[in-house]
Amino acid sequence: MDGRVAILLIVRPFKSLYFVSNIWQPLSVLGLAQQWLDERKEKLQCKMELDADDFFRDEEDQAEAQESLLEGELSKEYVVYLVDASPKMFNTLFPTQEHQKLESHFHIAISCISQTLKTQIITRSYDQVAICFFNTREKKNLQDLKSVFVFNVPEREFLDRPTARLIKEFDQLEESFSKNIGSQHGIVSDTRENSLYNAIWAAQALLRKGSAKTVDKRILLFTNDDDPFGSIKGAAKSDMIRMTLQRAKDAQDLGISIEILPLSCPDEVFKISQFYADLIGLEGDDLVDFMPEAGKKLEDMNSQLRKRMFTKRIVKRLKFTIVNGVSIELNSYALVRHTEPGAVTWLDSVTNLPLKIERTFICADTGAVVENPTKQFLPYKKKNINCTIWGIAIVAENRSFWNLIIANYLFWDKSVIEGGQNITFSMEQLSEIKRISTGQLNLLGFKPLSCLRDYYNLKPSSFLYPSYEITSARDMINVVLVGFKQVLTFQKLGLRLIGFTNLVSKGTDSSMCIFIALHRSMIQLNRFAVAFSGSSSRPQLVALIAQEEVIQSGIQIEPPGMHMIYLPYSDDIRLVEERYSDTSGMVTKASSDQIKRAADLIKRVDLKDFSVCQISNPALQRHYAVLQALALEEDDVPEMKDETLPDEEGLARPGVVRAVEEFKTSIYGDNYDEQNEHGIGKPTEASKKRKAMVEFATTECKQYDWGELADTGKLKDLTVVELKYYLTAHNLPVSGKKEAIISRILSHMGK
Amino acid sequence: MLRKQDALLLLLDVGPSMHSVLPEIEKACSLLVQKKMIYSKNDEVGIVLFGAEDTDNELTTEVGGYQHVVVLKKIKVVDGDILEALQQLPRGTTDGDFLDAVIVGMDMLIKKFDQTNKGKKRLCLITNAQCPIKEPYEGTKEEQVTIIAKQLTAHGMKMESIIFRGKLGQDANREIMDENDHLLNIFSKETSTRLLYLENPISLFGALRTRNITLVTTFRGDLEISPKLSIKVMVYKKTAEEKFPTLKKYSDKAPSNDQYATHELKIDYEYKSSEDRDKVLSPDQRIKGYPYGPQIVPISRSEWDAVKFQPEKGVKVLGFTDSSNVFRHHYMKDVYVFLPQPGNTGAMLALSALARAMKEMDKVAILRCVWRKGQSNVSIGVLTPNLSDKENIPDSFYLNVIPFAEDVREFQFPSFSNFPASWKPNGQQLEAAANLIKTLDLAPHGQAEVLLPDFTTNPVLERFYRFLELKSKDPDVAVPPIDDTLKKITEPDADLLLQNKSVIDSFCRSFELKGQPLKKSRRLWGEKRSSTNDVIENASVKVEKIGDLTPAQDFEALISRRDSPDWVVKAIKEMKNRIFDLVEDSHEGDNYPKAFECLVVLRKGCILEQEPKQFNDFLKHICNFCRENRLHTFCQYLASKDLTLISKTEAVDSDVSDEEARSFLVESEPKVE
Repeated sequence: MDGRVAILLIVRPFKSLYFVSNIWQPLSVLGLAQQWLDERKEKLQCKMELDADDFFRDEEDQAEAQESLLEGELSKEYVVYLVDASPKMFNTLFPTQEHQKLESHFHIAISCISQTLKTQIITRSYDQVAICFFNTREKKNLQDLKSVFVFNVPEREFLDRPTARLIKEFDQLEESFSKNIGSQHGIVSDTRENSLYNAIWAAQALLRKGSAKTVDKRILLFTNDDDPFGSIKGAAKSDMIRMTLQRAKDAQDLGISIEILPLSCPDEVFKISQFYADLIGLEGDDLVDFMPEAGKKLEDMNSQLRKRMFTKRIVKRLKFTIVNGVSIELNSYALVRHTEPGAVTWLDSVTNLPLKIERTFICADTGAVVENPTKQFLPYKKKNINCTIWGIAIVAENRSFWNLIIANYLFWDKSVIEGGQNITFSMEQLSEIKRISTGQLNLLGFKPLSCLRDYYNLKPSSFLYPSYEITSARDMINVVLVGFKQVLTFQKLGLRLIGFTNLVSKGTDSSMCIFIALHRSMIQLNRFAVAFSGSSSRPQLVALIAQEEVIQSGIQIEPPGMHMIYLPYSDDIRLVEERYSDTSGMVTKASSDQIKRAADLIKRVDLKDFSVCQISNPALQRHYAVLQALALEEDDVPEMKDETLPDEEGLARPGVVRAVEEFKTSIYGDNYDEQNEHGIGKPTEASKKRKAMVEFATTECKQYDWGELADTGKLKDLTVVELKYYLTAHNLPVSGKKEAIISRILSHMGK
Repeated sequence: MLRKQDALLLLLDVGPSMHSVLPEIEKACSLLVQKKMIYSKNDEVGIVLFGAEDTDNELTTEVGGYQHVVVLKKIKVVDGDILEALQQLPRGTTDGDFLDAVIVGMDMLIKKFDQTNKGKKRLCLITNAQCPIKEPYEGTKEEQVTIIAKQLTAHGMKMESIIFRGKLGQDANREIMDENDHLLNIFSKETSTRLLYLENPISLFGALRTRNITLVTTFRGDLEISPKLSIKVMVYKKTAEEKFPTLKKYSDKAPSNDQYATHELKIDYEYKSSEDRDKVLSPDQRIKGYPYGPQIVPISRSEWDAVKFQPEKGVKVLGFTDSSNVFRHHYMKDVYVFLPQPGNTGAMLALSALARAMKEMDKVAILRCVWRKGQSNVSIGVLTPNLSDKENIPDSFYLNVIPFAEDVREFQFPSFSNFPASWKPNGQQLEAAANLIKTLDLAPHGQAEVLLPDFTTNPVLERFYRFLELKSKDPDVAVPPIDDTLKKITEPDADLLLQNKSVIDSFCRSFELKGQPLKKSRRLWGEKRSSTNDVIENASVKVEKIGDLTPAQDFEALISRRDSPDWVVKAIKEMKNRIFDLVEDSHEGDNYPKAFECLVVLRKGCILEQEPKQFNDFLKHICNFCRENRLHTFCQYLASKDLTLISKTEAVDSDVSDEEARSFLVESEPKVE
């Protein structure tokens, strides 16, 4: 596809990043718009969803957790989608190669918003949206302005969090649009009505709630009419233009940013300079032209990952002590963390209302309720006590009986009581024990990278970057300008705004300088730093690896900084290989011919451009797909492609098959199948026993007429042992009570 | 069912050459016994000392010989008695013969258990193997060792040898040591002995495996490379965090005279209806809900089971890729190890061939793993070869879990190349950093690596167990300080720093941070934060402080700030302090040019701001100061640069005449001389 895009970008006060594009390929407009909306969200700060805090819980104290919200100035985003509904938007465009379907600009705008809503409800459900059409026949809005219609569903304010119902009804909106809302020409010469003015005013009213300091407010305007006032002339025109521009400026002064998503027809290009450049305040000097890689299919957008976006937030501030009291301030970030589906809430199965979970501590000795226990203990120098006797003692609440049991117990083994001891610890003592280091991060020395073994790993790494201050975009302009081309880059399809990093400040000059010097030298010398991290949860040795910045086609793939890898202690490393070695005396290693065959095979099954970001988690994707289907009351759950499965087709290619066969022959000779099926060496004791049990059960099982027993309801007359013959013979779990076993047998028999 | 008990016999060398490390051995062994008392209470332990002053063992009485071998504690279930014995080991007087000790130990284990005990029997030898062993009555030493080793294997005993060499003393006899090493090697080959050589006392703690963990396979079955080729493997955890022991919540409600009280607290969860506070719901009245927007979608268990993701059990190779495509920092979890199925030569060869080929080609394999049946998620991992250099250990693989696309957060950070020049290190600073990295080398060539994770114990756990023991004797005891030996894990080695003092000093000097109190930077941080707000309102960030690196530029920026008249005062004041610091800290005049540069801008600033008195007073002051402190070279330096006071012609407010201004420094110079 041959798309042509010009993006004009201007850096104005922090929040307003405007751009405009000229595109005649409608599909890429949709793609662009979708991508743009998502990227825009990613860039801005959002409130961490509550359960996401779990990821950080083990890494810091509560005090630190509070501090770590430092950067999250903008916590929410309020967006008004302003869609032009004039008849021009409904003109169908040429069918595209991929889709033999006629599409209108209106349809593109609607499906784009719909997709965004579906993603948003999972990733950033705290954001609020309103959907507003202008140039409509009907009106529905707060000020009762003409030609403006705010779309909404019951149980929801105009500007509110998206709900499943909103998404569902919005999906069906297009069919009923002309009936319920209707389209009409906006600004016509005879009337004094100015629908664009009304639309902006209505949107501004919607965005009145929420403080501009904590909420990022935006108006997104979808239109394909580059000259809304084209049909009128004379003084009325200039008057209207002036009024509309003033309205837009007022909105911007209130901290609302207006962004335009122009949709242009194949035959006429959307001319931003006609009118809209003035509306959003574009000026010549600030325009940055950009030609993105053209052509990207619609499917790519629709298979958009339902990714949870995380706010770039500092996990912890660290003081990195280098030598002799020289220290620098670092921030740590979590770049890689396991993503879990949202937290589970327990509901009442009848009313579906959430339940309150109350936790109480009950003293096992007296049964009294204890509040906020502060001490913990560990039994020490104490032998195992007879559990059955204890069990009775606890069940029997009668105090005298309890004592009786104890007396009995005493008689039974006196030494236990004498030797036993409970050592109690207060919380302060426990945290004091863990406080073994004076600094937060102490440098101990350096080692060559080859010393960092593959098995030195326990948990995901953290990323370290010198601490820098957040200031507004304008202040940073100097820094940004230096790297302007680099900073404002767009991913393949478009518009991935590399955030301008909230600008750095001074005062940390020497810190930054030391950090960069160490960083460069470590890369150059191939060393990593060994340091001790005195965190309060688990103080441990860490390896600091300098990461060089990686930029591919203008995108920062890996940021510059240091990765902190948590090293295990000797107690955490298991000597598996060595313990394993004793069972089989001498061990053979592969010959050079066998290695060569293996190399051939490896060459055949090569993943050339593998990167970790390619594969999405099928379990998570499935989870969200199911939730979406249930919430929207859709009948079937869309099948997700499991990207973790090997490429069966590729593996069946003759070249690969040949390489596999050659490798097999060189290792196993001709008896691969034999060795793999039977040649498991000698079966272990346990497996022999298990086999014998199954055989026995199978023969026993045949002695009963299970079908008849089940039909006559006589299963319950059999003993559990007899019932288990059936289960063992049919390879079913044998656990549970008798009733459970019987029901399992019945369900297995299909009765 | 009672767990099989393990029996461990500690064979400790207490000879004179070992005295220096005995305190560490005492601590490490105590830790081992303490952990056994908590985690495996039925294990048995015995202690045999050699190189001791006395002789006390059954073999001496039965057959004679075996001098200076003392059975300190017979093999028995772990208890406080053994622990106390270990904490105060008697110091020996003679050179120890480790072979004697091994024989005594073996004899004890055979007599005590012979065939009855099915659990593991281990000997743990800790010595420096620097002393000669006696010639046997018949045959050579080698033959004798071989016989003993065979005996050990026959009786199902394992041996672990920890050889502590430390920094070799002058008196160490190379020949004897080599011979002993050779003998120990026979043990290692004939039995499954772990043989470790240590140089650093810290490693002692880590080398002695203080806890025995039963290895459980994560997965056993096929490693599927293609539908037509699978290799039988066993997968185990290679690393797993050893957690703090689980403590129970303590209740003090029980009456103090009730000596049978458990003092335990039970935790009770109640699910209450949000409408009716008194209504408690039973498990079958509850249903799980997952958030979807503001809505919570209820899904029953059976419903969920019907639609959830259910992958098939199995471990499949997706393909091979260059090792550079997988970053080290993407490793997500603890590590697994893939071993060939025991006794399956085909599997062993296949893994070995693959591992070696991958190593040669610098490739890794990407795997999809579903360990168990019914698991509801999959993980992808990177398989890296682990070649074995020992004859009796097969080649294997390590597996690290790598993130899914959802797990990677693409935060952006400013590129270093975009920073202003003052933030970037210059050539000299880079060199200082490189020198620092080279000198603080923890893995020097030809020497053992320091702080090798495999031998570095968790100092927190060590401290906890020590505290536990102390507390069992005195409940009110304070938390003991961290062990001195283990302090080297948390703090840089003082010796290493001292040896490389010059490099470190030059590092500090090149970044001008020498002696800068840390608190200052802290305070600075707070200051900046509080002032951030008004700065943002002014929509401009200006320099607020005169830094160490570019004081002249900072000063100019500061003095030209127009948002408050205070800045001028502040700038002048801070600049004066900076100049003072520079002059004071200068070493043979190395800071003079910088100080001069600062003086020039200060002078210029004072003229512009009509504050000549500030500068003139300061210059006089600093000259007086220099004279008093034998820094007269600075005055000379200034004079040579033609720096003068601010005269009346330059600034109206000045009370210094042109002549006076010019002659000030020239005058002061001769006075000094």
